[in-house]
Amino acid sequence: METENQNPFQLDVGNLLAFNPFHNFPSLPTSRDELVKECLQEGTKLVQAVADSLFNLPSTEDVDGPLVKLPPPTTKLPREKHLPKPKPPTKWEEFAKKKGIKKLKKDKVVWDEQTGAWKRRFGYDRVNDDKDIPIIEAKMTDEPGEDPFAKRQDDKKKRVEKQEKNRLQNLKQAAKLGALPSHVQLAATALPITGTQAPPKKVTKDELGNVAGMAATSTASGGKFDRKLPGEKPAKKQGKHRKFLPVVEGSGICSREKEQTENVLNKLISKHSHEILNVDKAVTMYNVKKEKKARNRKNQEGRSSSTSNKLKPKKQLHKKGAKKGPGSSKKGKA
Amino acid sequence: MMKIKTPKKGRVKRELDKRAPKLVETGKKTLILQGTKTSGTLNSVLSEIYHLKKGGAVRFTRKNDNIRPFESGGETSLEFFSLKTDCSIFVYGSHSKKRPNNLVIGRMYDHHVYDLVEVGVENFKSIESFTYDKKIAPRVGSKPFIAFVGEGFENVDELKHLKEVLLDLLRGKVVENINLAGLDRAYVCTAISSNKVYLTHCALRLKKSGTVVPRMELVEVGPSMDLVVRRHRLPNEGLRKEAMKTAKDQPKKKVKNVSSDAIQGTIGKIYIPDQKVGEMALPNKAKGVKRERREAKNKDANEHASKKQKEESE
Repeated sequence: METENQNPFQLDVGNLLAFNPFHNFPSLPTSRDELVKECLQEGTKLVQAVADSLFNLPSTEDVDGPLVKLPPPTTKLPREKHLPKPKPPTKWEEFAKKKGIKKLKKDKVVWDEQTGAWKRRFGYDRVNDDKDIPIIEAKMTDEPGEDPFAKRQDDKKKRVEKQEKNRLQNLKQAAKLGALPSHVQLAATALPITGTQAPPKKVTKDELGNVAGMAATSTASGGKFDRKLPGEKPAKKQGKHRKFLPVVEGSGICSREKEQTENVLNKLISKHSHEILNVDKAVTMYNVKKEKKARNRKNQEGRSSSTSNKLKPKKQLHKKGAKKGPGSSKKGKA
Repeated sequence: MMKIKTPKKGRVKRELDKRAPKLVETGKKTLILQGTKTSGTLNSVLSEIYHLKKGGAVRFTRKNDNIRPFESGGETSLEFFSLKTDCSIFVYGSHSKKRPNNLVIGRMYDHHVYDLVEVGVENFKSIESFTYDKKIAPRVGSKPFIAFVGEGFENVDELKHLKEVLLDLLRGKVVENINLAGLDRAYVCTAISSNKVYLTHCALRLKKSGTVVPRMELVEVGPSMDLVVRRHRLPNEGLRKEAMKTAKDQPKKKVKNVSSDAIQGTIGKIYIPDQKVGEMALPNKAKGVKRERREAKNKDANEHASKKQKEESE
């Protein structure tokens, strides 16, 4: 430190930087190689100057080699992010400062008198758990109908909610000053304009597709020639698929129109077949009914009347309906 | 109505904390990307810069046609990328007839463009074209020596700006301690004329000399190129003042279990867990132990023998 360094270079050992402001090329060297050589020479001088001061710093021995504590860099470079703003004190911190309340260091385990063991202060199997209380003595101020255990739980819930609200207020205050902690984000859950408490409903993919389809069909060309986004699928058809026969028929086995009309007629006939009379069936039905009636009358004389009376009316109702059919058609025919 | 969102995994929290603004900043990450058209030389320039800055750089390979750093609206994409990748320096390469082999080196403050320097690359020689002894090749991530030669860097405005930007780009991480055995690279920038700079990357060879300080020898290994300064944009004064603000020195952190006394000096407390001496296993089986086992065995044998005799007698 007594002998001054004579070099005219500007050194910044913290950045391993050396600058020679006095060199200039009076005339550019003719060939590239010479230029390169001269640049390297100058560079070597500068690097040597930095190394001189670097290797003379006090070093500690390490496994890989000598470790040197670098001085702080002297060239000022702009920061990449703003300076972090200090967190504003929370409401409790301000109150504590005003009153002079100091933080007490708390132990992780607390002695539990009831069980006679060291238990956690919070968490699983903790000291003053609500569910471990077997008996709560009644006080004069208690109302007769309320459940004290439930009341304790409710009180705890309210306390937790209040704490959450206070925490949110503290974070909002910090966010206003721009000092929100980096891992916390405040997200708005409801729009402030509407004033309702319900959160905005999330639109599903199907709903969006429906709305897009409705918008498409309301255009003049039914949404067929609209420009589609890449990846958008063509609109789904609404309603039943209707197939129309071609106007001009090709060569085939039998005409499709004939088949179609045949199918239609068959369906018609089969639907109303119960109105069209099947004579044989009607006759046999009538005979069967008659025989049954005769049998029942015979039985009736033998048995008690009450039970058979009860059973009979139901059967007669059905028979009446069946009788109506052939009866009406007969009238029609006649 | 507001909701507090905190990350559910510790890893996410640690990543967010890494990106948060700090009092003392370590190195800046670099974003390397290209524009609509690039030339062969420009491609190799960009990939070699990426290689030089391997630990702290992000390389985008797609073309970005909406980035125009010097125009007012053309920076939004850059700022978005910078925000997402957490990079504060970017190197944007493009090639056109008017500006062949163009590189725009820019810096960001709070993910907004702070300043820009536009240079053209000429006489580029890539790493492959240099032949050298492979043993002295510099390792990835080592802190480089940086040397600036030339009065142009002091007198010419643009070169002064370029010097600052190059220092920021080539510097690497800011460290407190450095291992002297790991110094193996150097960048040399010479101002050839008032707008041209010759930049080259060399490996260091430390030769024995009489003193503690070794003799330095530079061997060109890496890319070398001529940078022609075209345009540049300095930051506006207010922004510059804000970016140059430094934090005051932090109060020293309290070291635990150390206290100092006027009489005794520095006292430290060491806490040792309870040594249960009686339960420790002996490493060498002492002779006494062996004898005990032998005697115990003999006793058992005798008992057996006596039992047998008893049975026999019975």
